[in-house]
Amino acid sequence: MSGTFVGMPAFPTAAKAALGDTQLRHNLSHATGVIRAKRSKLVAEVEENLGWEDLRLAGAAVKDRALRDLETNLVLLEERLSAAGATVHWARDAAEANAIVVAVAKQHAAEEVVKVKSMVTQEIGLNEALEAEGISAWETDLAEIIVQLGHDLPSHILVPAIHRNRAEIREIFIREMGLVGKPAPEGLTDEPAALAGAAREHLREKFLRAKVAVSGANFAVAETGTLVVVESEGNGRMCLTLPDVLVSVVGIEKVVPSWTELDPLLRLLPRSSTGERMNPYTSTWTGVTPGDGPQEVHVVLLDNGRTNALADEVGRQALRCIRCSACLNVCPVYERTGGHAYGSVYPGPIGAILNPLLKGTGDAQTDSLPYASSLCGACFEACPVRIDIPEVLVHLRSKVVDGHRDDTVSKLEAVAFKGAAYVLSDAKRLSLAERGSGLAGRVLSRFGRTTLPGGRRAAGRIPGPGAAKWTSARDLPAPPAESFRAWWKRTDGGTK
Amino acid sequence: MTTARDEILGRVRRALADVEPDREPVASPRLAERPHAEVVDLFAERVEDYRAIVERCTPAQLARKVGAAVPKGATVVVPAGLSVAVKGATVDDGTLTSADLDAIDVVVTDARVGIAETGTIVLDHTAGMGRRAITLVPDRHVCIVRTDQVVADVPDAVELLDPARPLTWISGPSATSDIELDRVEGVHGPRTLHVIIVG
Ligand code: SF4
Repeated sequence: MSGTFVGMPAFPTAAKAALGDTQLRHNLSHATGVIRAKRSKLVAEVEENLGWEDLRLAGAAVKDRALRDLETNLVLLEERLSAAGATVHWARDAAEANAIVVAVAKQHAAEEVVKVKSMVTQEIGLNEALEAEGISAWETDLAEIIVQLGHDLPSHILVPAIHRNRAEIREIFIREMGLVGKPAPEGLTDEPAALAGAAREHLREKFLRAKVAVSGANFAVAETGTLVVVESEGNGRMCLTLPDVLVSVVGIEKVVPSWTELDPLLRLLPRSSTGERMNPYTSTWTGVTPGDGPQEVHVVLLDNGRTNALADEVGRQALRCIRCSACLNVCPVYERTGGHAYGSVYPGPIGAILNPLLKGTGDAQTDSLPYASSLCGACFEACPVRIDIPEVLVHLRSKVVDGHRDDTVSKLEAVAFKGAAYVLSDAKRLSLAERGSGLAGRVLSRFGRTTLPGGRRAAGRIPGPGAAKWTSARDLPAPPAESFRAWWKRTDGGTK
Repeated sequence: MTTARDEILGRVRRALADVEPDREPVASPRLAERPHAEVVDLFAERVEDYRAIVERCTPAQLARKVGAAVPKGATVVVPAGLSVAVKGATVDDGTLTSADLDAIDVVVTDARVGIAETGTIVLDHTAGMGRRAITLVPDRHVCIVRTDQVVADVPDAVELLDPARPLTWISGPSATSDIELDRVEGVHGPRTLHVIIVG
């Protein structure tokens, strides 16, 4: 059984711990670097032939159109699914959705289910709910097996085990596989191909015997009642094809109005997520097909806070998210802290806005998330559906601050700004602080310790009360070697 | 008691009180037209990029090419209605279990559409392609694509495909990038994809 995010500390505390883990930082910066390079190459290819921006605009427009008319689209989706032989369920929250899946599994006396990687079933804690009823939930995506067998938590949307390297994965497989099924082969090496082969062997017996499968969906087409799952390994195809019963949990924001409007999204998603022209496998299905695949198909349409997000005029754009994880891979904060520090299944820039939007502001952990950003804007640039994450972050910060107006203890940002006020309020102190930081800028630029997106250098800590707290877990852009005040004095306002 | 359905739809309606629906479908950006021969060449190139085996042949050569794509002594399953006869192959009649399919080495099928820009093959699981399980469980998939089935890009394919059918979009052999983002071919789907382009 995997761990849970409940009771995680607020972002600054968790981030500080993660920053001390050099293996984690190495694994992350390697992985995000590789994926960024692949993505840029393909974006450039589309740019040359077609225009990446036009495709982004089309993708954003399709999702907006779906959301603007969500009620009509959901009712149509339900009607078309039912007409195609699927049973449609509605769930207001995680508990309702879990109860529906558990009931279906129990109807078939299933002691286990196989699962396709799905963010939404992690969001609702489905594995734990099934296990509480004595039903084993087997994750089948390679990264998810690594996380599940390692009794670990996912740390990235697309590559949940991005924080693990091959040697660690080998150890987990050797230690754990035999406890829950076919053991890892003798003499397993840490070659990625050998590790993938071990997972193939381990899971095949589970695929061949499973009666019930659980999936999410990347898209749900209202006009036709078609669900779409985008994947790489074929574990999705196994789950969607071999068992007799299929239950898909689908967030209500996954709806796409018409069949042809799937197009921009199918072109944007793989290029933005894995940096491929197309992912190895995409499966689409419309209810039940006699003689082919599951003959009993359930679809659970889930709210769980999505209508809260929809009611937020600035924040509702976050529901366009197609979970590609491009924003994670370009985020300087994510690259250094990893996903666990966000305390949620949705980490990184999208997590920093989605969690407060879904859950509402008010608890310390959620409230700290909109601050887990330097507002550099790289996430917006990378987002295939043009979600203006920085805009939503600023909007949510003001909501958090409004919620804490009456607090006696000042919150993180208030403290940091008090520090800034202390430094800025006295000209002498300001120039001293500047000289200190200007020096740091020269030293750091000489050693080129860190580079932020856009090639800016990063500094370590900035001085002043409160500022240390603000920067202890963040890399700030390095100050210039000469401050504006020093430059003004030296050049007499630029005249010398 | 209000049902979950009514409550969710009510919340959606209230959340969107300030918003007007937009009833005009979004048109997708399209690539400039190119000669079909170039499109087919690009298709071959892009499928190969995924480390699939790609061969081209004339209709007269097809049966020989398919025969040669099946390793000696391998067991083969084919769907009913396949465009070419494969010697010694079992024709799927829907009764083979998953375990039976797991004991078969090779599957040979036709395709519905090939997409050049992304190097993708789409199966709609009608005659010549068979039910989904037969192209999933065996470890080697030999897939025949006719040149007249190849289109330029994803929107062209979406237009041709019938969403009422189950569809499988295949871009190269099964793969994962989950270990240090290193692409490794061969996880759960067929580890070898052998594409024969005819025409
Ligand atoms: S917010 Fe945009 S970039 Fe981030 S995961 Fe969602 S779609 Fe991808």
